[in-house]
Amino acid sequence: MLSLIILSVSGIAVLFLGFLKSRWILMPATMLLLLAALLVTCLDWNNAAPYVGGFENMMAVDNISVAFSGIILLSALLIIPLSRYHASQPNAQPAEYYAILLFSLVGALMMVSYENLIMLFVGIEILSISMYILTGSDKDNLRSGEAAIKYFLMGAFATGILLFGVALLYGATGGFSVSVIAGYIQSNAGNLPPMLYLGLTLLLVGILFKLSVAPFHFWTPDVYDGAPSVFTAFMSTIVKTAGFAALYKILSASFVDIYDFWWVSLATMSVLTLVMGNITAVYQSSFKRMLAYSSISHAGYLLLAVTAFNDKSQTAIIFYSLAYALATITAFGVLILVEQTGTDKYDSFNGLAKREPMLALVNTVAMCSLAGMPLTAGFFGKLFIFSSAVERGMVWMLVIAVLMSAVGFYYYFRVIIAMYMRPVNDDAGTVRAEVEVSGLYKTVLMLTAILTLMLGIMPDVISRLF
Amino acid sequence: MLTLTLILVPAIAALLLPLLKGQGNKYAAFAAALAQLAVALYAVSQFDPAAGTQFAFDYPWVASLGVHFSGGMDGISMLLVLLTAILVPLIILSTFGHSYENPNAFYALILVMESALIGVFTAQDAFLFYLFWEAALVPVYFLAGVWGGEKRIAITFKFFIYTVFGSLFMLLALVYLYFQTPGTHSSAIQDIYAVALDPATQSWVFWALFIAFAIKMPIFPFHTWQPDTYTESPAPATMLLSGIMLKMGIYGVIRWLLPIVPVGVAQWGTTVVILSVIGIIYGSVIAIQQKDIKRLFAYSSFAHVGLMCAGVFSLTLKGMQGAVVQMLAHGINIVGLFFIVEIIQRRMRTRDLDRMGGITQNSPALTVFFMVLMLGSVALPLTNGFVGEFLLLAGVYEFNHWYGAVAGLTIILGAVYMLRMFQFVMFGEQSNWTGKFADVTLAESAVLIPLVAMVFWMGIAPGAFLQMTEPAVKQILELAASRR
Repeated sequence: MLSLIILSVSGIAVLFLGFLKSRWILMPATMLLLLAALLVTCLDWNNAAPYVGGFENMMAVDNISVAFSGIILLSALLIIPLSRYHASQPNAQPAEYYAILLFSLVGALMMVSYENLIMLFVGIEILSISMYILTGSDKDNLRSGEAAIKYFLMGAFATGILLFGVALLYGATGGFSVSVIAGYIQSNAGNLPPMLYLGLTLLLVGILFKLSVAPFHFWTPDVYDGAPSVFTAFMSTIVKTAGFAALYKILSASFVDIYDFWWVSLATMSVLTLVMGNITAVYQSSFKRMLAYSSISHAGYLLLAVTAFNDKSQTAIIFYSLAYALATITAFGVLILVEQTGTDKYDSFNGLAKREPMLALVNTVAMCSLAGMPLTAGFFGKLFIFSSAVERGMVWMLVIAVLMSAVGFYYYFRVIIAMYMRPVNDDAGTVRAEVEVSGLYKTVLMLTAILTLMLGIMPDVISRLF
Repeated sequence: MLTLTLILVPAIAALLLPLLKGQGNKYAAFAAALAQLAVALYAVSQFDPAAGTQFAFDYPWVASLGVHFSGGMDGISMLLVLLTAILVPLIILSTFGHSYENPNAFYALILVMESALIGVFTAQDAFLFYLFWEAALVPVYFLAGVWGGEKRIAITFKFFIYTVFGSLFMLLALVYLYFQTPGTHSSAIQDIYAVALDPATQSWVFWALFIAFAIKMPIFPFHTWQPDTYTESPAPATMLLSGIMLKMGIYGVIRWLLPIVPVGVAQWGTTVVILSVIGIIYGSVIAIQQKDIKRLFAYSSFAHVGLMCAGVFSLTLKGMQGAVVQMLAHGINIVGLFFIVEIIQRRMRTRDLDRMGGITQNSPALTVFFMVLMLGSVALPLTNGFVGEFLLLAGVYEFNHWYGAVAGLTIILGAVYMLRMFQFVMFGEQSNWTGKFADVTLAESAVLIPLVAMVFWMGIAPGAFLQMTEPAVKQILELAASRR
């Protein structure tokens, strides 16, 4: 929980660091502070006792929340070095940029360890508002501005719905605390008021909107496409992880007893998300837009695990979030480099294996992991999710999920084909300027790829923890 | 432990290969494949057919799921491991006359493929089997997609998506079976064998598994990827695909289908035999009309695998034994034949039948090799093809006289397309393209001589091979029968 304080303070500190002449110090400083936050979070593992009853019962720490916080902070730590190109643009404001990133993480951490719906709401707002700003931070780019406006309008709307849901839940149960709601549902089983059901539905809609679950996903492709690639990486990993943590938490802490009410709608949306995300991804000609749709489809897999809601789901969600985050960060890292000299279209990846074998290799690992190829983390992620679904007996949903995985192979391997099998097409014979890649940047990409492979060979490192 | 060594030797060699610079890598890869062959031959010498699964290893892998990293070999596995170990060095040797771009990656992929194939043939755990099954696909996909012909990208992509589609259904079935095991669940093969399902469930599990195997073999009507992929792939990839990878499908049926869903097999077996027989006739008839020799062999391979599949689904000892022996024989013949296509193509830059003729005048040695391999493929007595096909047809005949009779046409049709092709290529007037045709080089003979020797050895003395597999085949059949 100390990490929350560290992050808040370091956000302000980084803002002040911006007054210095030597701006190069910002990135290492941010990374150091994040590392400190990550280490402090790890210390909370199996160490929930000091926090019991603390924070006026607004926040709580358990191993699940520590795991999700760890994934969020690790992802952030890996994404920061990737922002090098963005932060070094002439009109960039790196201090504000790093500070907002740190503030947004405060919101994300609140979303994974809340005990009270107010905290959930505040967390979502902190995260969202930071995201609106970051999405529009490429000021000279119209599409970035358009994405920010879209995201903001839709996001504000969804927050309103969420807040309405929270209010109705309060009206029905008389409390904001997740345990109060759970207690009310337990003691009034059989004659729960419709207001409670409506409140839950609106709450779920609000959260699922943030998670870009179909049919609330329409904002996602435009926003992900328009935002600078670094934030797309940020949104599609950290916001997703925090959102799923929040969703799983509220369902498991308060609404276990009315599983029969919510599982059908979640199951339907999960199938819809899988189909929409995967099928639309096939038709994209831009790698970045494909990743946007792929992030929708991965939300579908995660929602499948939430719907299964058994002892296997928890491990499945945590493992899958981690696997997905690692692979997505790698993919965006490669995309950012390719964008420097080309576009975000598949064509820009043509012949990458010849020019930059290392980038092509790590991107292949990432694509294989997203597709769910054995020996990568993504395979075990899918296996854990499928296992939890089979245990629940959701065989038909599983058949659809499996079919959609096959579709996934199609669009993920298109980029591998471009990288390895197509010749470099230098338009009009001009040779592209080589991008200079810093050591740290390369290290991050290698690290994520190696972690992806390691988790694919030894998934027990994570799955044994729970 | 021997099994693990067999999986690890090529994998480690593949990892070390990129460290070498220059052209030394093809020799290094060949050396590694030979070392692998030596280990395999040692395993064969220590192998006791009656002792069931041996050379086993077993390590806990994903403890939370009860998944083990375990493998071992019975007679069927041993034979296929032997096939892989014999063919891979020959396939590597066959590339010596040609220099491929980026050779490090090329040979490393071949060795990774070998490792994965051995893994498929020896895995004793459902998820491990799936892992190797997918792992075998990736290297061959890259071999075909990167070093293949002009239309390679679209064609190999179709192949890739087709097979992935099939294997995902297999994964679904395996996950389902895994959850039917008692207690905390286990994916060990004995536990999967012990799962009892009701007939309706067996029916869909059968199809989920069978589609994966049928696409891999391929069986009519899942074969549409096959002729194009075989034709567009570079020769070594075609040899790997037809010589070894095709056997993954048959092996999968024997090990992971018959004993697991015996009721489903009984229910759908006839359908599969009919599909296989259709494939036999269809493949043969199309082969007769081909102008491209490589495509012709692709269709002949399709016809042959149909007969093997029919033999397995006849559920008779003869049919199964025939299929197992024919897997070895077909692997040897088809790799030899595809290599001869490659030899012709290297010299003439074409595979078009119309441009050939009279090759025999300049190249007596090639004629002899080609003749022997071709006769092996049309199942002439005293060649390896005869033993397998005879047993297969006997098995199918025992299953149903009519299907047996129709499947028997394969011998006649096979002779028609093979002899026709041979006549066009080797005999007749020399064409503009074949006038200066050079005979096989020493390196090329070094590939063909062992293959031809195997053709005769298996044809004259098949006993050793049949004895090696008989107890294992019997055991599978008995297991399947006892659970029906």
